[in-house]
Amino acid sequence: MPPILMVDLMTTSQPLLSVKNLKTYFALDDGVVKAVDGVSFDIHAGRTLGIVGESGCGKSITARTILGIVDRPGRIEGGEIWLTRQAEDGTPYQTDLLTLPLEGSEMRAIRGKEIALVFQEPMASFSHYYTVGNQIMESILLHTALGEEGARQRAIDLLGMVGVPKPERRIDDYPFQLSGGLRQRVMIAMALACDPHVLIADEPTTALDVTTQAQVLNLLQTIQKERALSVILITHDMGVIAEMADDVVVMYLGRAVERGPVDAIFYDPKHPYTKALLRSIPSITAKPRTKLATLEGSIPHPFARPKGCPFHPRCAEAIKGVCDRYEPVPIAQGEGRDVSCFLYGGQP
Amino acid sequence: MLAYIARRAVLAVITMAAISVLSFIIIQAPPGDFVDAYIANLSASGSSVSAEEARGLRILYGLDQPIYVQYVKWMSRVLVGDFGESMEWHRPVAEVIGDRLWLTVALSLAALILTWGIALPLGIYSAVRQYSVMDYILTTISFIGLAVPNFLLALVIMYFAFVLFGANVGGLFSSEFDLAPWSLAKAWDLIKHLPLPAVILALAGTAQLIRIMRANLLDELRKPYVITARAKGLPEWRVIMKYPVRAALNPFASTIAYLFPYLVSGSIIISLVLSLPTVGPLLLKALIAQDMFLAGTIVLLLGVMTVIGTFISDLVLMWVDPRIRHELD
Ligand SMILES: Nc1ncnc2c1ncn2[C@@H]1O[C@H](COP(=O)(O)OP(=O)(O)OP(=O)(O)O)[C@@H](O)[C@H]1O
Ligand SMILES: [Mg+2]
Repeated sequence: MPPILMVDLMTTSQPLLSVKNLKTYFALDDGVVKAVDGVSFDIHAGRTLGIVGESGCGKSITARTILGIVDRPGRIEGGEIWLTRQAEDGTPYQTDLLTLPLEGSEMRAIRGKEIALVFQEPMASFSHYYTVGNQIMESILLHTALGEEGARQRAIDLLGMVGVPKPERRIDDYPFQLSGGLRQRVMIAMALACDPHVLIADEPTTALDVTTQAQVLNLLQTIQKERALSVILITHDMGVIAEMADDVVVMYLGRAVERGPVDAIFYDPKHPYTKALLRSIPSITAKPRTKLATLEGSIPHPFARPKGCPFHPRCAEAIKGVCDRYEPVPIAQGEGRDVSCFLYGGQP
Repeated sequence: MLAYIARRAVLAVITMAAISVLSFIIIQAPPGDFVDAYIANLSASGSSVSAEEARGLRILYGLDQPIYVQYVKWMSRVLVGDFGESMEWHRPVAEVIGDRLWLTVALSLAALILTWGIALPLGIYSAVRQYSVMDYILTTISFIGLAVPNFLLALVIMYFAFVLFGANVGGLFSSEFDLAPWSLAKAWDLIKHLPLPAVILALAGTAQLIRIMRANLLDELRKPYVITARAKGLPEWRVIMKYPVRAALNPFASTIAYLFPYLVSGSIIISLVLSLPTVGPLLLKALIAQDMFLAGTIVLLLGVMTVIGTFISDLVLMWVDPRIRHELD
């Protein structure tokens, strides 16, 4: 029996979602890709957690692992995912999602209902054989007691809420009839269909042009405030993090290398990788046409994970004989912060 | 959209006219005519035909006239439903094809339903459980199925059916009913004979269809919309049936185009091996005998079925694929 906490979800200091030492591996013919390799973080009610890192560092797979929908040959190898939930009488309790059968009814009742996902490519993430109404109503019919009529009305309301003009007509459109920005709004409406507590947005604006990006981010912000939603915002754009996140997790090769409140991360980055990421943001004061600072080197091949600290081959501050040999563990850096780097101590 | 359909219909009619000309030319293409073939046949069996008689026959069948006159005469009769006389059978072509046509359609339809009924579920299973033991077994079987010629498969099954069950697979009727008029007993006899040839015909196409369905579905299973559906909390089988399977079935709409001629001709080689009274072998014999009106009518029928099939497959594609529907509006 999970521990029962006699406090409301919003006021508890207990994280709404707590991910501990999560591991998801892909066993391929040529070797094992450790897509997620021991990542840990907490999300508190009503806050936004930004997960940032270069392409391929395991952000999307982390999101899918939380929902238990990793594709074969991917396998969740270990860890804990504690979700704070509410019993029928309102008392919160916690469940480790990884102890639930992946295809069981309890896990399915959590997917889409308590934790919802917004995807990177709105075009490919919709089926083009069904209207957007059909695809939104599907979750409503699945998770709520509403019938066909009620679900349709709710879908129309949702579309209106995310700023789709003429929602009562748009609901019968097919995804390919919408513009990229509208499609992403519809995707958000679909994720919100059953009032989830946690919304995971996986690069929700990457495929959009700059103006639309800003609009969609604004929409997410508004919705989050209105509904006291917890948002996990996945991105490789530090600018988006600065604008949206309360807390930040910096991921590198399947691990969290630095965690902390957004201000601390921006004004006082500790990990050399975080510093490098921050240098890569174009600044308004930079002279036009100067080259953008990019990260030194490239991400190692997934099969060839470096020994020791995975970042050491690209790290200017790497300590010879330490960083290339031993794996750093998180070291607390004051108020809700930690960094996995030997520059800040930690015994090899 | 209606304008598009109308345009397609007009085009279909024009194509059919072109096909009628072509089929007539094809029928005429081999050197000699029916009378030559007839004479060769007779002299092979020892009797002979005088030049006088030959001319008489040619006049009787209108073979002495220029080809375009023959075509116009034939077409003007075809348009009112008279397909001419079969020279070899000495009966109206419509009658010669008639009985066989319905048998062929019944047999092909049964075979098609079996093929799809077996292949689609197996293809889906194979893709969803890719690299499972069952997938390997199905893959092996379907590669064998692809490599073995269909008539050989027919022969082998016929052999085993005979040795193991004493079943005589050839034909669609027992000998006592072959020439008998239709009766309840004859219909029952047909029903008893139908399954084995239908299964043999079906197996021939099954291997290929399993592979196609598996490949189509594997492509679709990797797409992001499948993850979207899973993230909603749908049960896995509903995710798969509603989204990727739906998408994987879409390309099959275009195969309707060639299923139509298949329906009326059946598989010629398998029909020959199993001595099934279908239209396919009839065409072969008519071509050898240069039985012009019979061969012409069958070729025309195949052409027309192809055109109709293409037209219907376009309509079906429009109906099942919203993107095509909207491109046209
Ligand atoms: N189906 C799969 N088979 C094998 N490897 C996979 C599969 N899916 C993901 N991976 C590997 O897992 C690692 C993490 O992938 P993931 O999609 O989580 O990256 P990401 O951080 O989301 O990157 P991006 O910013 O490009 O979206 C990558 O190295 C990728 O090659
Ligand atoms: Mg990703």
